[in-house]
Amino acid sequence: MTTPRLEISNVSKVFASRPGLIERAFVKAGLAKPKASVHALDDVSLSVGKGGIVGLVGESGCGKSTLGRVACGLLPQTRGAILHNGAELSTAAPAARREMQLGTQMIFQDPSSSLNPRMRVRDIVGEAPRVHGMAKGREVADLVDHYLELSGIDPSVKNRFPHQFSGGQRQRIGIARALAVKPDLLVCDESVAALDVSIQAQILNLFLDLREQLGLTYLFISHDLSVVRHISDRVAVMYLGRLVEEAATSEIFENPQHPYTRALLEEIPELVPKRRSYGAIKGEIPSPLNPPSGCHFHPRCPFAMKRCREEVPQLRAVAPGHRSACHLND
Amino acid sequence: MLDIRNLCVDFETTDGRIGVVHDVSFSVARGAVMGLVGESGSGKSVTGFSIMGLIDPPGEISGGSILFDGQDLRGLSEPAMRKLRGNRIAMIFQDPMMTLNPVLKVGTQMIETVRAHLKCTVDEARSRSRDALGLVGIPSPEERLAAYPHQFSGGMRQRVAIAIALLHEPDLIIADEPTTALDVTIQAQILNVVQGLVEQKGMGLIWITHDLSVVAGLADTIGVMYAGRIVEHGPVGQILREPLHPYTRGLIGSLPGAAGHGRRLRQIPGTTPSAARMPKGCPFRPRCYAATDLCEELPPEVRHNDTLLRCFHPQPGALQ
Repeated sequence: MTTPRLEISNVSKVFASRPGLIERAFVKAGLAKPKASVHALDDVSLSVGKGGIVGLVGESGCGKSTLGRVACGLLPQTRGAILHNGAELSTAAPAARREMQLGTQMIFQDPSSSLNPRMRVRDIVGEAPRVHGMAKGREVADLVDHYLELSGIDPSVKNRFPHQFSGGQRQRIGIARALAVKPDLLVCDESVAALDVSIQAQILNLFLDLREQLGLTYLFISHDLSVVRHISDRVAVMYLGRLVEEAATSEIFENPQHPYTRALLEEIPELVPKRRSYGAIKGEIPSPLNPPSGCHFHPRCPFAMKRCREEVPQLRAVAPGHRSACHLND
Repeated sequence: MLDIRNLCVDFETTDGRIGVVHDVSFSVARGAVMGLVGESGSGKSVTGFSIMGLIDPPGEISGGSILFDGQDLRGLSEPAMRKLRGNRIAMIFQDPMMTLNPVLKVGTQMIETVRAHLKCTVDEARSRSRDALGLVGIPSPEERLAAYPHQFSGGMRQRVAIAIALLHEPDLIIADEPTTALDVTIQAQILNVVQGLVEQKGMGLIWITHDLSVVAGLADTIGVMYAGRIVEHGPVGQILREPLHPYTRGLIGSLPGAAGHGRRLRQIPGTTPSAARMPKGCPFRPRCYAATDLCEELPPEVRHNDTLLRCFHPQPGALQ
């Protein structure tokens, strides 16, 4: 088997505030409770093969963005390992680590807050290659032109500022900036969520074209199942910090195993012009500060049994290439 | 019940007077759901605000009429409008914090709303508020009346906003993208509540959205707006299966799932023009694959079977 481009191996991420001196003293004396910590990721394992597109879906607060950031090395993981082309990111030597992080770039949701409003487009796109010594002097300008053109922006407007562009164009500038350091993995965190439908289609087409031209690999994070279905080869579903199901796209959509995935799929609005009834799934995603015991989904699950309240279901293969975490699979 | 004829809304800007809504006409009957679909800047929200009488300077309704049960809302005085607003016509906004006061308990706000239009005791108002919260599916409504808006989650807050809109059992509800910021599961719950209410109470509903698939399962008729005009308006089945306007066809082709998995979507080239720099003639002309010299004139509204259309080149045939 070839080494996957990105391997997330048993990664957990806990956000805890460090208590101050007085607080620690109070806790020790039994006068205060220790502050609760948030388990944003709980033992997540996922791999993204070279040239593949893995979609990561879940409701807001399920930890999908945290996973994206940890995978890029923007956040350190609490436990587990992040392997890029088989090499561990957090223990790599500084030079190797920089190389790995340059190879992984992120595209954010809101293009207006991820672009510096006081920099011209040519500097936004050209800064990173210049700083990292990938291009010098004249070459920087050529590089900027090349990547703007590749992202669908006319290079003649490169002296403008971000506010002079529309939302879709700004997202293209963000893509050009990411591509300028020649990454082979893009982590897209809700990259098309803020765009109008017609612009969203343009950007999705751009992502597919770039994969073909540059051989990119994507980790595509989105709450929009129809977008993920369209673009991804494999889909991973997260719920409250845990991966609940992972399989090839057609397998997930045609043969979902986990009750949460099934419920999620039923709620996608479809272009069918008939009155339909909504509301298969009750309640909301619980707070990660105080997650339910056992299987996190049991309070909303129509099939919950006693075992679900007590025992955490393990993610295991239910069919070749199809993993699901539910006691019903036994 | 609601009949809008040739509505025009202008905004005064430093670049001069800009038309944001042009010649918009549609009507909504009791118990009917109209979906108003368009991309950002298409004038769909301004149309909603106009019905509520919420257009303030520099904006101005410059033409047309808004007939509600035969009465023109444009000529109404502010006190008379206030009697209708929240009582017979209510609006739900995208961001529920626009409706809710963050420093008042939900109960206080609801009781205030009830007593603004109805002479009744605080206790009566409280029980009415509690019933409204129960109706939209908020668990233990009695206790929740004493909670502040920040103590609710996003989906619950939107339910509270809907409950407030329902307090007086209005004849018409205008919903402006109320589920856009919510997760699919919560969106489905809200759609479920609204769908039930329209059927039970026979309210008219205008659902404003940029997402065609949300209104597909909800609306009876759909109006597609582009650059301030309704370019296509007809029964939901007709619009989704055999749209005639190139823009509607492009919009449906842009939805992921329209093309096969991993294929390129049939995108619309270019971007929506800004209201200040509207192209001459048909505003969709620069992005349209079917445009000809004829399109340098503004296309008039013509009837095509059940559909009202603004296009010189209607595209026949069903979408694949």
